[in-house]
Amino acid sequence: MAILSAALEFASATDPGRVRSHNEDSIGTEPEVGLAVLADGMGGYNAGEVASGIAVAVVSAEIKRALSGRTLHSIDPATGRTEAECIALKHSAKANTSIFEAARSQPQYSGMGTTLVVALFFDNRVCVAHVGDSRLYRLRADAFEQITRDHSLLQEQIDSGMITREAAKLSQNKNLVTRALGIDAEVETEVHVYETKPGDTYLLCSDGLSDMVGDDDMKITLASLQANLQLAAEQLVQQANDNGGRDNISVILVRVKDDYAAPKGWIARLISWFK
Amino acid sequence: MAKLILSLDGTVMKEVPLDRERLTVGRRSSNDLQIDNLAVSGEHALIVTILNDSFLEDLGSTNGTLVNGVPIKKHILQHNDVIEIGKYKLKYIAEHIATGMQPAVAAEFEKTMVIRPGMAARAAQTGASPAFGAGPAATATTTQPGSAGQAASPITGQQSRPASAPPAAPPPPAARPTTQPLASATQSYAGPAPTQTNLQPQAPAAGQLLGAIQILTGPSAGKELELVKNLTTLGKPGVQVAVITRRPQGYFITHVEGANFPIVNGKTLDAQAHPLRDHDIVELAGVKMEFFHKGA
Repeated sequence: MAILSAALEFASATDPGRVRSHNEDSIGTEPEVGLAVLADGMGGYNAGEVASGIAVAVVSAEIKRALSGRTLHSIDPATGRTEAECIALKHSAKANTSIFEAARSQPQYSGMGTTLVVALFFDNRVCVAHVGDSRLYRLRADAFEQITRDHSLLQEQIDSGMITREAAKLSQNKNLVTRALGIDAEVETEVHVYETKPGDTYLLCSDGLSDMVGDDDMKITLASLQANLQLAAEQLVQQANDNGGRDNISVILVRVKDDYAAPKGWIARLISWFK
Repeated sequence: MAKLILSLDGTVMKEVPLDRERLTVGRRSSNDLQIDNLAVSGEHALIVTILNDSFLEDLGSTNGTLVNGVPIKKHILQHNDVIEIGKYKLKYIAEHIATGMQPAVAAEFEKTMVIRPGMAARAAQTGASPAFGAGPAATATTTQPGSAGQAASPITGQQSRPASAPPAAPPPPAARPTTQPLASATQSYAGPAPTQTNLQPQAPAAGQLLGAIQILTGPSAGKELELVKNLTTLGKPGVQVAVITRRPQGYFITHVEGANFPIVNGKTLDAQAHPLRDHDIVELAGVKMEFFHKGA
């Protein structure tokens, strides 16, 4: 794991924005295990904070604990998925249950929920799990791309062709997500694994950033401030605020500085062979 | 609820509330809004309304549909858009904008909410969602390709239904959950959306002066650089880099990397952003440059 923490650089920033009185977003980073978690809570009074707080706490702690002694790149024979994906799925489901139960047992939390985006780095790859409209973007060389696809009404309208990407920017239905943690007894978490390359920068953010700052500006900021990742994160938040800051803004940046291939010596192979 | 105001030669004829998911406009009497004029096609246009958005579509009419003077095939309506069909004009009024909600209230409604199957019946009862009625409307939308119901239908299949609903949520409708088109919010979503609609990044204020940098020393002395972008980095990567940000309040310089911090008017900066004023002298990686405002 020492290799992993040296290969990755983390930075983050979160801000209530200029309209909301409190911050319902929660973020968590665990650089030593290559984990970043971001959640955007919703629900009355402080329930949104509670939901996103539970999501980040449960997912970070559980994944961190599950990692010890596991080889994330080994394939689970039952599902054909990497161990990383299985862990991400399992623990986002756990977070879902925790929030759902809290909402059921305490009336003041009823109806609370949260989005979630998780990036778990391992073996020159990143496992991305998400629910709702919090996003992961990647800057690779000159290409800035949105990796996750929102679980939102708007995204479904775009997919079905009834509204163009351009027109979507004018939509009034930006804030309706079709999936969230804590709303139902079960949740369908979307999970994928992508190869990473040294030089990549990954951006996890809540819609408070992606609704207020255009892709081009995000790209310029990441590209020109790579040397100072923390400044880049703060600049992104500042731009969202300069553009109105209408929602809570959260940003986690992860820069891949180096290779971090998992050790594949004969012992590792032997262990994975027995699994 | 949004509405259309029908007028002919400046005379208002009718107000048409967008109280249903699909509202058809045409010459024939089968339309929801009939305009009996030969310049209007039998089935001329369709307006699909989903929560706070209304989509206008021309149904292949002979004389076309214009929005704000521009012919359209499909268009997402914005407050005060004027639709022209023949000599008739339809002005689109997004009610929540017209009535001017309090910003605080507006912010409340703008919060992210979850929509999911099983909420449609309640929405229809409270009138919160004009678009997605339960019952017959549901059947209709699933048979209309490209309609709102179609767009939303994947949700129904994907989401697992709760073993038991949370206390505040209404019980899921027992009948035919698979044909429920869409849903409304889990929070009591009784009102429309916010007053400000444009969430797009705004360009720096139009009145803001354009800043520029002129290099004073070194090999590129005399060179001038206009600071058009929101972010401009200066210096030598790996040695010393600073960034000049363009913000609504003006230009700011911030240290990015390197052991030495930028010097402005002979004073060394700290890690904080520093506002730049006209004719400030910046020293960076041994090069002096002047910041100034271009033209007035």
